[in-house]
Amino acid sequence: MKILVTAKRVEDPESKIKVKPDGTGIVQEGLKYKINPFDEIAVEEGLRLVAKHGGEVVVVSIGGKEVHEQLRHALAMGAHKAVWVNHTGPLDQMGVAGLLQKVVEKEKPDLVILGKQSIDDDQNQVGQYLAEWLGWGQATFASKAESFDSENEKNKVPALVVGADNKTVRVVREVDGGLATVECQLPAVVTTDLRLNQPRYASLPGIMKAKSKPIEELIPAGLGVDVTPKLTVTKMSAPPARKAGIKVPDVATLVEKLKTEAKVI
Amino acid sequence: MSIVLIVAEQQPDGALRKATLNALSAGKALAEKSGAELHVVVLAKDASAIANELKDHGVKAVHAGSAPHFEHYIAEAFAPAIAELAQNLHADFVGMASTSVGKDLMPRVAAKLKAAMASDVMKFEGSGTDITFTRPMWAGNVIAEVKLATPVKVFTVRTTEFPPAQKGGAPGEVKAFTPAAPGEVKTKFVDFKEVKSARPQLTEARVVVSGGRGTKGDFKEIEALADVLGAAVGASRAVVDAGWVPNDLQVGQTGKVVAPELYIAVGISGAIQHLAGMKGSKTIVAINKDPEAPIFQVADYGLVGDLFKVLPELRDAIKAAK
Repeated sequence: MKILVTAKRVEDPESKIKVKPDGTGIVQEGLKYKINPFDEIAVEEGLRLVAKHGGEVVVVSIGGKEVHEQLRHALAMGAHKAVWVNHTGPLDQMGVAGLLQKVVEKEKPDLVILGKQSIDDDQNQVGQYLAEWLGWGQATFASKAESFDSENEKNKVPALVVGADNKTVRVVREVDGGLATVECQLPAVVTTDLRLNQPRYASLPGIMKAKSKPIEELIPAGLGVDVTPKLTVTKMSAPPARKAGIKVPDVATLVEKLKTEAKVI
Repeated sequence: MSIVLIVAEQQPDGALRKATLNALSAGKALAEKSGAELHVVVLAKDASAIANELKDHGVKAVHAGSAPHFEHYIAEAFAPAIAELAQNLHADFVGMASTSVGKDLMPRVAAKLKAAMASDVMKFEGSGTDITFTRPMWAGNVIAEVKLATPVKVFTVRTTEFPPAQKGGAPGEVKAFTPAAPGEVKTKFVDFKEVKSARPQLTEARVVVSGGRGTKGDFKEIEALADVLGAAVGASRAVVDAGWVPNDLQVGQTGKVVAPELYIAVGISGAIQHLAGMKGSKTIVAINKDPEAPIFQVADYGLVGDLFKVLPELRDAIKAAK
């Protein structure tokens, strides 16, 4: 199987995000960057599927030269090769999906696995746009039916189940009120939820090997995609600050405050 | 006349998903700003019952699309029908509640319509078709104002920001329609397993009680307090990573983002990751034995103490106060 996975570069979820005073963006200084956590889960699932069924994992990222860090991270985890779409400047979900569509048409994977959302934009759209534009089936919010303590998880068994004929994939989806299972014909698009798997750490030999793995460069103009954003952020602001709270001396005071002041019990 | 089209949702048990009513009131707010009519569409095997339920909620028209292939929700089967209706109506805006169906379906509808989309909208501003959508980014650490430049604009709404639409006004006209048969649908429904819990769902609960590292993995007191309050149980990432509780309880940037009326953080220090997932709560209570814990900076009421002593006492006091 050939599996294409994504690796968006995002701010470390542990970083404190501050809005610039003029509302044009966020303060970049002092921020650390990582692979989008949901994409890391996508990489892991791709590696598990390939370990079981054979094939290769191709990782793609869009951005300036700095996204090589995220591509190398995925390569160090075990991905086989990387595609770098060299683009700086604003890009919206339609631009990203359009670029990925071209990469898919070029790479012809059997399966595309993406994070369900990136933790910066939080839009949760790209996988679905991509599936529609490719005319493929989609299974969003892939999860697993068992806990992370299970033998399957310890043995890195993939949660996505590929049919014996390699023509379908069965996916458990985390949805409101429960778990829905769907079966998609391959090729298909799957997006990952938090409970799909626990990504591995890159080993030292993995990191060394990643250095010599190929990164292919593509440019949007060469792919024939117009990436002019249709969505623009006109202003950013900090959420309304919470008013300073108080410390209460004991349980009785707390309950009294919750009852008479906050009126929540 | 410009049209705002809201997509209604049927639950697996056949009932109308209540979040639809929140989406309707968002649609109403948008329709007022843009000078549009509010329409709603429901797709189901037999859409008539839900259509009748919706018609009294201040809508101009209810489009009821019934077809056998709508028995189980599949994005590929539903998206073409909604896109086709939106085109026939010349709808300027197409929106839905940001439920798991809304998140799965609306980008696919938008892709079909070559439309840009804003997710989890909290507010609409502007007039006519020049509308600014307010939405959270970085798990609510940033509030962004967004413009969409495509002729049709698609959105999902954060249901906690809009009250459920009430009944009243002239009933809307129910219009049955037969969507064109979809092409080959490459995804098939296999089954749906309801996760049964005596407690409410984390993202829908009015009260959430969350435990952190301070519990040392013992959630008995957290659960007992949650049961007294009819609350959902949540957890910090540290607890989930330690394998003490299932992953789906995680509140935080990479877990669930919650905004209940009351959030009680117990033994949680308050890492940025966690705060991002619960800062939108109306009232926050923190219980922690470390007086310097960052959680106290966002808490309305902080109580310094050992949770294993405080929680039983709190439980009894709440029972007595009710």
